[in-house]
Amino acid sequence: MAVNLKQLAVEFEDPNKIGITSGHRLCPGCAAPMTAKMALMVAKHLGYDVVVGLATGCLEVSTTIFPYSAWSVPYIHNAFENVAATISGVETAYRALKKRGKLKREKPIKFIAFGGDGGTYDIGLQALSGAVERGHDFLYILYDNEGYMNTGNQRSGSTPPGSYTTTAPVGKKLPGKPQLKKNIVEIVAAHENVYAATATVGEPIDYMNKVEKALNFEGPSFIAVLSPCVRFWRIPNDAAVSITKLAVQSKYWPLYEVEKGVYRITKKPRSFKPIRDFLEQQGRFRALLSRPDADKVISMLQDYVDKRWERLLALEEATKDKPAR
Amino acid sequence: MADLKKWHELPIGGVIDKPATALAYKTGSWRVMRPIWHEDKCTSCMMCWLHCPDNSIVVKGGKMTGIDYEYCKGCGVCASVCPVKAIDMEPETKFLEEAE
Ligand SMILES: Cc1ncc(C[n+]2csc(CCOP(=O)(O)OP(=O)(O)O)c2C)c(N)n1
Ligand code: SF4
Ligand code: SF4
Ligand code: SF4
Ligand SMILES: [Mg+2]
Repeated sequence: MAVNLKQLAVEFEDPNKIGITSGHRLCPGCAAPMTAKMALMVAKHLGYDVVVGLATGCLEVSTTIFPYSAWSVPYIHNAFENVAATISGVETAYRALKKRGKLKREKPIKFIAFGGDGGTYDIGLQALSGAVERGHDFLYILYDNEGYMNTGNQRSGSTPPGSYTTTAPVGKKLPGKPQLKKNIVEIVAAHENVYAATATVGEPIDYMNKVEKALNFEGPSFIAVLSPCVRFWRIPNDAAVSITKLAVQSKYWPLYEVEKGVYRITKKPRSFKPIRDFLEQQGRFRALLSRPDADKVISMLQDYVDKRWERLLALEEATKDKPAR
Repeated sequence: MADLKKWHELPIGGVIDKPATALAYKTGSWRVMRPIWHEDKCTSCMMCWLHCPDNSIVVKGGKMTGIDYEYCKGCGVCASVCPVKAIDMEPETKFLEEAE
């Protein structure tokens, strides 16, 4: 498709056609609704009707405060841990009805599940793995804000080291959570029959191209979208977009995709910024940065992102034209 | 608030049986800063429209025409992504004084 913004703006002149409407109660400047609206517009632009499933979390809670709903597409919420199972059930029902000729529809339906990092890296991982393994035709979009934000900023498997959370605070003894982020894209990509990618709201064209690819991929697809929580990243309300651009430029969030085991880096910045620049812009790292051992944590992170980038380049080279399935 | 229904009139299981009911909830009252759009500078690139978390950039025929203050929460994302600085953020208090 190669996204044309003007064309999209004409198509969605009536904002209620997007699928997620105004009147939701996400914080001003939160990136979660950006993540959702960009994906929904691409799906509809491609001629699909969309059914949305949501895991418990900020995006779900703040868009569906009874009796209000900020969804103008069919929507289902079940629980925190099982959005992938829920959407795979809906998708199966759709296929079954279609097979029996009980659905007379012009437009094909696509099923999109949104989950936060808590609902994806942690409690929802089993449901996600099962749905991908069974090969359901759905798109799972992780909006990754690197913590359990809806319940007030607890550590998740996605929280980076040194980030302040209530359950792994930066204190007198420890510089916050010691562990690196779980590599969720690798976990999903290891299912092999899948399209898995990273994306972020600060690189919207890259993201929307990936949504298109994911929807047209036959079978399960997964996009991990770095989606800042302005509240608990302690950044200004207008900073969600600029901080994710910096995340890409500092190798914190490399943009790539893995299609049936074949790696492709979708953005290769000509020059990189130090990871310190990314950390310094965010209040969640302020306590870390004022500690005497801050340099140790920062250089550990720098070393990690450098190595990961080299590894990605090598994987891209090694897996070229060698799909796993 | 929507009119309160009796318990037996509610859909079973907390199902919301109409789409987009959140439109009845006007989030514009949250705003502390107000985005002011300068039409003369705007190139209608649509970056603010694409990013606005509250769908509050109004467009017509592929051109920006204004800002929907009924829902705009004043986050400033539109101003921050605008490549030509066609949006300024001003404190809401300024408009209170003006209204008086
Ligand atoms: C089984 C279960 N445990 C705990 C909760 C409470 N809870 C609701 S939202 C949430 C955090 C969600 O975190 P995440 O998935 O990262 O989404 P975010 O709110 O950060 O967008 C938790 C712990 C719950 N709803 N269900
Ligand atoms: S707490 Fe964070 S993730 Fe939740 S709505 Fe606010 S900014 Fe968004
Ligand atoms: S200030 Fe925020 S909510 Fe208001 S129009 Fe700009 S981006 Fe949208
Ligand atoms: S980002 Fe700036 S130039 Fe582009 S449409 Fe918005 S106000 Fe106009
Ligand atoms: Mg989260």
